[in-house]
Parts: sequence; C-alpha cells; structure tokens
Amino acid sequence: MKMTRLTAALAVTMTAAAPAIAESLFLPNMSYRTGPFAPGGIPFADGYADYFTLINERDGGIGGVPIRYSECETAYNTERGVECYQALRGENPLVLQPLSTGITYQLIPRTMQDGIPMHTMGYGRTSAVNGEVFNWTFNYPANYWDGASVIINYLLEENDGSLDDKKIVLLYHNSAYGREPIPTLTRLSERLGYELLTIGVDSPGQEQGSQWLQIRRERPDYVIMWGWGVMNSTAVQEAANIRFPMENFIGVWWSGSQQDVLPAGEAAHGYKALAMHGTGTDYPVYEDLQQYVYDRGLEAGTGDEIGTVLYSRGMYAAMLAVEAARTAQEIHGVANITPAMMRDGMANLVITEERMAELGLPDFGPPFEVSCQNHGGSGQAMIQQWDAHAGEWNLITDWIEPDRELIMEMVMEDSLAYAAENDIEPACLN
Amino acid sequence: MSDTLLFALEAAANGLTAGVMYALVALGFVLIFKASGIFNFSQGVMALFAALTLVGLQSGQIPFSHLINAIFGTRLHYFGWSLPTLVAIAGTVLVMVAFAWLVERYIFRHLVNQEPIILFMATIGLAYFLEGFGDLMWGAEVKRLDVGIPQGMSLAVDEATFNWFGYGFYMDTLELWAALIAAILVAGLVIFSQYTKQGRALRAVADDHQAALSVGISLRFIWVMVWTLAGIVALVAGMMWGAKSGVQFSLSLIALKALPVLILGGFTSIPGAIVGGLIIGVGEKLFDFFMGPLIGGATENWFAYMLALVFLLFRPQGLFGEKIIERV
Repeated sequence: MKMTRLTAALAVTMTAAAPAIAESLFLPNMSYRTGPFAPGGIPFADGYADYFTLINERDGGIGGVPIRYSECETAYNTERGVECYQALRGENPLVLQPLSTGITYQLIPRTMQDGIPMHTMGYGRTSAVNGEVFNWTFNYPANYWDGASVIINYLLEENDGSLDDKKIVLLYHNSAYGREPIPTLTRLSERLGYELLTIGVDSPGQEQGSQWLQIRRERPDYVIMWGWGVMNSTAVQEAANIRFPMENFIGVWWSGSQQDVLPAGEAAHGYKALAMHGTGTDYPVYEDLQQYVYDRGLEAGTGDEIGTVLYSRGMYAAMLAVEAARTAQEIHGVANITPAMMRDGMANLVITEERMAELGLPDFGPPFEVSCQNHGGSGQAMIQQWDAHAGEWNLITDWIEPDRELIMEMVMEDSLAYAAENDIEPACLN
Repeated sequence: MSDTLLFALEAAANGLTAGVMYALVALGFVLIFKASGIFNFSQGVMALFAALTLVGLQSGQIPFSHLINAIFGTRLHYFGWSLPTLVAIAGTVLVMVAFAWLVERYIFRHLVNQEPIILFMATIGLAYFLEGFGDLMWGAEVKRLDVGIPQGMSLAVDEATFNWFGYGFYMDTLELWAALIAAILVAGLVIFSQYTKQGRALRAVADDHQAALSVGISLRFIWVMVWTLAGIVALVAGMMWGAKSGVQFSLSLIALKALPVLILGGFTSIPGAIVGGLIIGVGEKLFDFFMGPLIGGATENWFAYMLALVFLLFRPQGLFGEKIIERV
C-alpha cells in the first residue's frame, strides 16, 4: 500500500535505462506490507530496501554494478509466496528472502531445482544448516534451534547451572514455524531435567484465554514464546493480566520487537526476548543512511520505523546479501554475478568484527563464517529486555553460545532424513 | 470441591465473558441481515476501521499522511494535539454515519432487488476496499488503544471466589466491562427497535420489504440507519478487541469468531447472538480444558465451528432464527 519516491525512482531508472538491467544485480524482496502480519513485514522490508538504496547512492552499487530492487507482496501467505517465486525466478534473482517459514518450506525444493540461493535469516527450516543437503538454502547467523538452546543456556546461567525441577512452558504459534523449537527443548529437557509443557495458539492468536488459564494453573517457572504478529502482543498482555512475572517470560527474536510490547503499555515492562543483532540508531551506518537516503527522501517507508528491531533486521539481512555478493565478485573475478556465483559468495562468507566496524555496524552482529558444509553461522544471540518507561529494548547479556554439539547432531539427523526421502546425495557443489 | 471442578468452573466463567466478546461482533452481522437480508462480510473490517479511526482521532494522527508524505516529500504524521476519548468516540460515530451513507449511496442503491449472493459479493469487495482504505488513511503499524477501561485480573472476583471456594478465579476486568457494555448495547437496541418510530420502521422492513415500501417507509433511510447501527456496534467491538491486543490489521479476523455464533444463535435474532456467543464461549473453553491436553491443545478455533455444525444438523435456522417454510 505504500507508494514511495524510492519505488518511483527505481521504476524510472528501470524504464529509462532498459539496457542497464543487464548490468544490474537483482535483489528482490518477498515482502508483506498488507494483511494481518503487515506490522512485522513493513519495517523489515523498509530496512532491507534502505540499505540497498544506500549502497546504490553512496557506492554506485556492489563492485560498481547497481542493485536492482523490487518487492513482491506475499501477505505472509504461503500460496502467494509461491506465486511470487514463480514470478521472480525468471529474472535471475541473486538471493531470495521469503521472510516466512511456511513459504521457505515450499521453496526449498524449487530453489534447489532452479539453482536460486535463498537466505532464511533466523527462520525457515533449521536443518538447512547442513549445506551438503541444502545446497541453495542458507540460514546464518542463527536458527530456531540455536535460539531455543540460547534461551535455555541463559536460564541455566540465571539458575546457577541447574534447571532441575523447573517447569518451562513453550507457548507456540500453531504452525510449522511455532513447532520448530519443540525437538530442541524436548532433548534439552531430557538432558537438563526440567519439565517441558507445550501449549499451542492457533493463528493469528488474538484469543489466548484458555492458554493463559492453563499457564496460571500450571504455575511454570518460565514461559518461552515462539509467536508472530498479534499473538505476541496478546500474549504479553495476557501474561500481565494473570500477573506472570515478566522477567520470566522470554520470546524468540520474532517476538521481540516494539509492536509486540507497545500495545500492552507499562504492563510489558521487564519482558525479555532474544536478539540476533543490535537495534537503535547509534551506529555509524545511520550517518550515511541519513546523508544518502533519508535526506534525499529515498527511504522506503514513512521514516518512523527507522532503528526499530525489525527495521534493523531487514537492514542486517540486506547487509549480509551485499557482503555475500562482494565475496562472490572476488571469488569469480566478475562484477555482474549470477545466482550460482552468489551461492558461492554465500557459502564463503566471512563476517569479522573488523568488517562489521568498517561497515558502520560495530558489535551489531556476531562474527561468523559460512562454509559449504555449514550454512548456519555462529548461532549466537543476546537477551534483550523491554524498558516500558523509556520505551526501549536494552541488551542485558553478551552473545550467548548455543549448545552446538546437540544442535549439529539434530541437524544431521533431520537433514539426512530429508536427503534420504528426496534422493539427495549429500555433497558440496563445485 | 475438587481442583478439577474448580478449574472447570473458572474456564466456564471465562468462557462466558469471552462469549460476550464474540457476541459483540455477531450483533453487527445480525442487524444488517435482519433489516436487509445481506450477510455483511465486511463487519470485521468495519470493526478494524472504526478502531483505527478512534485511535487516529484520539492521538491527533493526520489521515492519509503516508500518501501525502510520499507525494510531497513531507514528514507529516501528527497534528500535535490529542482528543479526549469521548470526543474521539463521537467523531468516530460521525465517520461511521458517513460510511453508512456512502455504502448506501454508492453500492446498495444500485443493487436493489439483486440476488442475495450478489449483495454478499458486494460486501466482500467492500471488506477488501475498506481494509486497504484504512491502511492508506491511518497506516498499518500496531497502535495502542486506551479508552480508560481497566485491564487485568479482577480483584473483586478473585477475592469473592477465594472466600467461597478457597481458590481465586481469574477473570479479565476488560471482559467484565465488555459484558456490561454489551448488555447496555442490547438494551439500547431493543428499546430503539420497540419504542421509536425509526425502530418500528426498521422492524417493518425486516418483516416485509414490499409491505414497508407500500406504507411509505424509505428503504434508503432504513439502510443508512441500519449500516450506521452496525457501524456503532463495530466501533464497540473494535474498542474492546483493540484495547485487548492493540489495534492492528488482524482485528478484522475477529469476524471469524462471529460466524459460529451466528450459525448457533440464528442470523436474525439479537438475543440469539448473545446466547450463541455465550454457548460458543463456554463450550470452547470447557472443551479446551478437558480435551486440549489430550489432543495437543489449540482447539478453540475449530471447536466453535464443529459445535456450530452439529447445531446446523438439528436446527439449521439456529436457536432463535426464523424457520423459513417454502411451499412448492
């Protein structure tokens, strides 16, 4: 629904300089700016688009080749996501960002067949970490199983290394996305001795009366939430209603944005969530964004989402796409890369602290390396806590490591089962 | 009293208040269907639009600011003032009156005597238009709605039940208020339809369009009036649901909660909407309490429809709906 000057400028560029399309790097976004999940889709899409605009305006593109950006509206609907894929695949997109676990599951076999890389940052199929099975899917820097393990490691730290006799509830969105952490939390409960109770919430999650009555009866020590959209804000309000201690309520990174806590007002104070990256505008990159994008009126949205959690995530995803494209250009010695070359760039991506600082994002994300075998990154995350008085998220931990050994064990089990079902011979692509 | 029984009672009590929240949405459907035979698919979106307008007026948001900013490169968002809640509610009611007039003038006036399915399709179009229009007018971000109704655990209920049973029941104060407001709303609608000239005209049109027209009742006026009433009911539903989980576009999906209520209570009965809501609310909470743990939970959405289907088998017109007998 948003008509922006950026879109208009890009459209003019596309029509006036048709031959230049051949000399551009096509980085589309499967966004959702409409429908019930739009409040989450809009800031992500804005951050994604604004970073590409910055690269075009400041650097003239990646390696001198301008980025061609377009959006296809999925409305967070799997069928529409597949339609978008069909529309985009003929244009040789360098990487797809479906921003939906349901769409990701549908696109994994299609992208494998068509040779189009897909980046599912912090969502999608967790076992895509195994790059020898999922050659075209990447889920760095962290995935759901990492997230679940990081939360448990944080709780271990909070409880002097023991969760024995603790009761933990997982409140999850009753979908492929919401069910992702269940195997990890179950395995960890067997190992660490806590009692796990899983409670599903049907989409969209506006009505959670029964679930919170059950939580009140069960009196858990902690509630972990795997929610999205209105489910998050409703859960935070319901937790406040039954007077569940907010500091014992922890959401995944998709349950930790401003719109998840603002509707509950002061009642949300103390709620915690995972953070896979920094947030806010206190990073040098924003000076460039201000100069080359915002001051020129080229921002993708209205400007009021800048620096929010999901805007930052979109910008981070775009930054990782640009870095992968640069890596691909270096590997292949050509500026105008193909999707297959981009895949090589993603499989050889190295993000260091120094590089993050050079990009104007010091300490924004963890350092990590991707390889042909491991598409998952470091898996680290931090814990952030909502300060309702100041209206901001504060990071309360440093990067926390997940239980890599357990997760890799589970990744191998799941991915090899997928390979067997689909007649895939696990191997690196040359 | 055993713990299980106490917990079941608590779930049932919560089901009653949740049922009132569903009934609030169902009421809007009933009003329009009763007066015009139109199943208004856009009722949920009307609740969303009314809530968006209320928050926008309350917070002094500039309508269409996104569009204005995109065209003129400005950075306008707010006027810089805010309106008291009551004034904002009054302003929203005026907007819903204007909406009702526009709907009659530009859609239904041109569809008089069309098949019910055509009218239904028109409301589907209206729903999608209104959703997009609401987005364009007020933006898609999540908004906090505070109309001064307290939220959270009712201490009075907690204390009273604790004294009686030794276990304090949880009930949401907002939902208790919603029950009270729904009661006032229903009483108001009944008084309006029974004791006012316009109300009697409304009932006459509901009973027989042709006969009502023949005695000089203006169908157009009645349609504007009934869409206005449905708009006001949508505003109340939007206020309650918006205060519960923020005003966001998923608010339009609350209409899905009203459908089983309508099947159960009947499409033409105001008391039916209330009783249907209560049965669905209590039924789904008790089912989830007893069966949820055995079958993986998250039963509320589908159980309501299953219950409605069972009712359909035995009483297709609903509990309070009019039985239609057509002689061949």
